[in-house]
Amino acid sequence: MIRSLLSGDMPRSKFLGAILLVILICLAFAPFLFPGVRTVDTAARICIFVVLVASYDLLLGYGGIVSFAHTMFFGIGAYGVALSSTHLGRGFDSLIIGAGLGAILAAALALVIGLFSLRVRAIFFAMITLAVASAVAVLVSQISSVTGGEDGLTFKIPRELGPAFKFGKDLFGGELLGVKLNGKLLTYYLIFGGSLILFLTLLRIVNSPFGRVLQAIRENDFRAEAIGYRVVIYRVTATCLSAAVAALAGSLYAIWLRYVGPDTTLSMEIMIDILLMVVIGGMGTIYGAVIGATLFVLAQNYLQNLMSGLSSMTEGLPILPELFSPDRWLLWLGVLFILSVYFFPTGVVGRLRGQR
Amino acid sequence: MTVAPEHAPTMARTTLRDRLAPYAPFLLVPALAVAGFLAVQNPASWLTLTVSGLAMGMMIFIMASGLTLVFGLMDVINFGHGAFVSVGAFVGISVLLALGQMTGAPSLGLNLLAVLAAVLAAMTATATMGWAFERVIVKPVYGNHLSQILVTMGGLIIAEQLIIVLWGPEEIYFTRPETLKGALTFGDAAIEKYRLVAVGVGLVVFAAMRFVLRRTKIGLIVRAGVQNGEMVAALGYRLRLVFVGVFIAGSALAGLGGVMWGLYQEVITAHMGNQAMILIFIVVIIGGLGSVEGCFVGALLVGLLQNYIAFVEPKLALISNIALMVAILMWRPMGMIPVVKAK
Repeated sequence: MIRSLLSGDMPRSKFLGAILLVILICLAFAPFLFPGVRTVDTAARICIFVVLVASYDLLLGYGGIVSFAHTMFFGIGAYGVALSSTHLGRGFDSLIIGAGLGAILAAALALVIGLFSLRVRAIFFAMITLAVASAVAVLVSQISSVTGGEDGLTFKIPRELGPAFKFGKDLFGGELLGVKLNGKLLTYYLIFGGSLILFLTLLRIVNSPFGRVLQAIRENDFRAEAIGYRVVIYRVTATCLSAAVAALAGSLYAIWLRYVGPDTTLSMEIMIDILLMVVIGGMGTIYGAVIGATLFVLAQNYLQNLMSGLSSMTEGLPILPELFSPDRWLLWLGVLFILSVYFFPTGVVGRLRGQR
Repeated sequence: MTVAPEHAPTMARTTLRDRLAPYAPFLLVPALAVAGFLAVQNPASWLTLTVSGLAMGMMIFIMASGLTLVFGLMDVINFGHGAFVSVGAFVGISVLLALGQMTGAPSLGLNLLAVLAAVLAAMTATATMGWAFERVIVKPVYGNHLSQILVTMGGLIIAEQLIIVLWGPEEIYFTRPETLKGALTFGDAAIEKYRLVAVGVGLVVFAAMRFVLRRTKIGLIVRAGVQNGEMVAALGYRLRLVFVGVFIAGSALAGLGGVMWGLYQEVITAHMGNQAMILIFIVVIIGGLGSVEGCFVGALLVGLLQNYIAFVEPKLALISNIALMVAILMWRPMGMIPVVKAK
């Protein structure tokens, strides 16, 4: 049962399995284990980023293709839900239509970009996605009549998902283990369930024959072509799949925040965050996405506190307080990033599996 | 003995099309200028736009040329190239601001001297940085594109953040040296002086680069290395040394481009390298990775098209570069002047 759910790709390390199980349990019961607006928000962010990072890993870790447009696809999904909820009225049908259209548009765009760049050389893809993604980001902030520009869009989700919606009054008296049963709880479980399904789907994809061919292409595309696999088609398919999943993750994020804006979905910073999560967790292992996203989102909350502490400690010294100021945390991420690519290329998961 | 079979080869004349094909990219630039003339329909504005397009193209070329050569020679793709642009701009402009008396004086000689000092400082700084970058960041990941992209991207982030640490997060506004301000008028057309200077510098850099690559021995080695590095190494040349030299020269040029770009915009930000990087990539791709001539033509096309479109239909200016790239890649998938690798 578990084996088939995980598509035969077991954690292959007791310690890793234990960590994954702990993360799963924590996320599954987050509203009960850690009640509080901020912690539940963190848990939802982790769920969504796990899917986003896993879909990026399909491209980077399994396909060996670097893309800088992943936030663009993420944003397309988010804006899809926002626009459909704004124009079609609040309701589950508009959420589904928005998410579906977003995923289709993302896949179509990925198909076009992929056909243009991947048929020549894989390295073009990285450069072209960077150019296209930045053009789209500028475009979204420019056409403010549709997208709300820099301010973004705030929209209404169905009443059943709002905090005002209460349920279970007769059965549990409106509370379960001290947690109020309201729409916010339902939204969290919608996010959690959606993320889990998408994650397991990705696990299925990379462990299918398609995933194996993709890995073969990553190792040696020339040889894969010689054996008879159409490298371009496999690479483009992987791009489309990963774009569609990223768009769905974006839809979930929009539903959770009830807001979309260029900074929360399209910015280059998020792209860098994704890259870092993939590298820290371990490229080429879908489980790496879980570890990477969890570590990173938690660190994002705590590292900045640590840095402001260091910054005030070193006050009076030249430059040092500047270096440790919480605004400069990208600097330390960059250092961490380079070091992990050099010394830690298989990430946390690779290390744990190697120690078996 | 049998008689040799009748053999009458027919020599097909090369058609005009075939003979023109290698020069087609170069013809695109005047063709675009003519198309721009038809679209703008006002000789004075057309002249202004063309000069500013050429100036922009020349600056992009200066920034991009190093990147394309580095790729051609060693198959290294440097996503951190934009960092050299920003650092060059910040160092150069700081020097200019420090030499306020010289830039404020209405004397051409003093102004040029100040600009020269700024350019030299910027190029020295970025050359040193390029050397360090190559040593620390690029060297361990030769032959692995995936790691190269990731690591150089990390380098770009670090450089950008360090600029913010050293110079502060605000953008720096400044004015050009006194004699480079203002415009010359030809009939109705006003042409900013600085743009003419930029076109001149760009042409000089291109000519110098072509001279070095075509007429000197080191250029011969570089070109041979682009075509077949292994063979050059087998003949006893230390290609690695050549490569480091090209990397440093490319970084210095990016620094020069950064100073010029900063002077053009009269404002510098830590993110300017990142923004320039996008234009640089488009130019390098449509020119053909590894080709200096292609890079030159591509940069001019991007500069001209952006200026014409911004005048005719401002809303389309954002996507004009992407559209140009799509069109060129449909026509020649490897870029306008593809580099033939002997492998």
